[in-house]
Amino acid sequence: MQSGTFHSSYSSDMGLRPYWPMRLRIILVIVIMLVFPWFAGRYWLNLANTIGIAAISAIGLNILVGYTGQISIGQGGFMAVGAYTSGLLAANAGLPMWVSVPIACVVTAVVGALFGMPSVRLKGLYLAIATLAAQEIIIWVLTHGKILGIGESLSLPPETSNLFGLSLAGSTDFNFYWLIMGCLVLTVIFVSNLFRSRAGRAMVAIRDQDIAAQVIGVDLFRYKLLAFATSSFFAGLAGALTAHYRGIISWERFTIETSILVLAMIIIGGLGSVSGAIYGATFMTLLPALLSNVSRAASGVFPSFSSYLPYIQQGAFGLAIVLFLIFEPEGIVKMWRNVKDYFRLWPFSY
Amino acid sequence: MAGDNGVPMPAAQMQIDSVGLSFGGVRALSGISFNVYPGTIQAIIGPNGAGKTSLLNCISGLYKPQQGQIRFEGRNLIGLAPHEIARLGVARSFQNIELFRHMTVVENLMLGRHVHMRGGVISGGLYWGAGKREEIVHREFVEQVIDLLEIQDIRKKTVGSLSYGLQKRVELGRALAMDPRLLLLDEPMAGMNSEEKEDMARFILDISEEQRTTIVLIEHDMGVVMDISDNVAVLEFGQLIAYGTPDEVKAHPDVIAAYLGHQHAAH
Ligand SMILES: Nc1ncnc2c1ncn2[C@@H]1O[C@H](COP(=O)(O)OP(=O)(O)O)[C@@H](O)[C@H]1O
Ligand SMILES: [Mg+2]
Repeated sequence: MQSGTFHSSYSSDMGLRPYWPMRLRIILVIVIMLVFPWFAGRYWLNLANTIGIAAISAIGLNILVGYTGQISIGQGGFMAVGAYTSGLLAANAGLPMWVSVPIACVVTAVVGALFGMPSVRLKGLYLAIATLAAQEIIIWVLTHGKILGIGESLSLPPETSNLFGLSLAGSTDFNFYWLIMGCLVLTVIFVSNLFRSRAGRAMVAIRDQDIAAQVIGVDLFRYKLLAFATSSFFAGLAGALTAHYRGIISWERFTIETSILVLAMIIIGGLGSVSGAIYGATFMTLLPALLSNVSRAASGVFPSFSSYLPYIQQGAFGLAIVLFLIFEPEGIVKMWRNVKDYFRLWPFSY
Repeated sequence: MAGDNGVPMPAAQMQIDSVGLSFGGVRALSGISFNVYPGTIQAIIGPNGAGKTSLLNCISGLYKPQQGQIRFEGRNLIGLAPHEIARLGVARSFQNIELFRHMTVVENLMLGRHVHMRGGVISGGLYWGAGKREEIVHREFVEQVIDLLEIQDIRKKTVGSLSYGLQKRVELGRALAMDPRLLLLDEPMAGMNSEEKEDMARFILDISEEQRTTIVLIEHDMGVVMDISDNVAVLEFGQLIAYGTPDEVKAHPDVIAAYLGHQHAAH
């Protein structure tokens, strides 16, 4: 049974993970992450990588939506900016990804701040429409991007996928697993730190009470822009990783459907929570995979169904999300907290 | 009132000068002028709808009066954004508690340190070196405020889960964490029981005496107002009908007629 935790200094009291059960859990997760790729086949590695990239994007979007309270349906567009910036730098200038990806992140952050500028004065539905406009403008530029030298799709030279000379081509899924998970871990640490310090607190203050935030000295314009920029930075990272991992990119990967999917991830996983974004990304990536496996098995039993399968699959996906929102509107992170509370008092819980 | 006994009147810290504010046809404030002196407790009283909150909103930059000036330490506040006014050393609490409900008490008070800190997104995300040290230094300041207000045992509680009286106290704490030179309190004791009121009055006096912070206090409880304030301004229908020491104001015929006569309406 866990009693109160006492700290001998503010610095340890202010630590990210002050309780030892949390430390234990983190060690367990890291061990699993380290062991997993040695046993997993390509199918599972690909799923893990997809989840990792989605989680980075979802954490980024959560900065803006969950923590700062600014709705956005433009995350797919910002991922496209990251993907194409890195992709064009690799394809046209032959830059290796360890140079082009960071550049792409910064460029996306700037683009995010630019599109955030008019949005700073808008709230709620109006802001949603403004970010939707950003999404559509970005996709329009990409589909009319002959000036940028973009065709229907863009292929990246495999030799640019290297880290400081170390090539990731070859067993791509395995190699990218380490890169993507490394980026995810850094993202988790950075964002967790951000929200226990001044700038992150100011963003949460804007979400909770924007008038009081101003009166204690928070410059709304500045911090909303910073939230847009930081959020877009991680969208750019997710997009650029997608580009190099897939080796070929097209705008179709980054439409409004992607934006809504990432938004659904943080709503289902838990708004304003780093782990919630990861749960949501995992759930929303695994669920369709699971559904397609189940339906493939079912089509063996009922062959006449097979032509309806895609519809049944989509319907089940939608139904699962709706049921989820009805029964746990605060997301997976809340369910997990309930389980933890139950076991904290175990075996005396009833 | 300061300057009574032959001692020269100190320079005003804030001069409210012919301030006028209307909302469409509604005249919320007209021609309000009075001075607030350093280190004093300045009360503002008046029946509901008299314009007291509106006047505080003008000082903190939330409302922009159409006429007049508000000079704080020589600087006109009108036209400045609320966050710029906060940076000049003006803090406040709200009539309807406006805390950051999903954050803990410590986080709310740390937000009070915002203007005194430098850290940005990158230094916060890295949480290393100078960025980390800054957080710890300011956490120590916040702990002093927590001790002063005797809220040690709730410091890690989410603010939304606290009782009304404690929330009022935390809101005062957030304003104090700003280490302000001028503290605006909008009905800090409203809705409290008498024990909570007593505590709150004691904290306000402590802050005034120990830190010499100038306090502008809106309060309905006449007993408290007459006890703790140095000067009282009386508003009615957006006009200043009396100004002076508590004794002077109490004896003012307009106040007796207008305010004390309506005491029931004021509650
Ligand atoms: N934002 C606003 N919009 C319109 N009218 C307002 C607004 N704020 C205050 N008022 C009006 O100004 C007058 C003074 O209100 P207020 O300052 O809240 O009074 P008090 O704090 O003394 O009770 C009231 O008539 C009120 O309706
Ligand atoms: Mg009021």
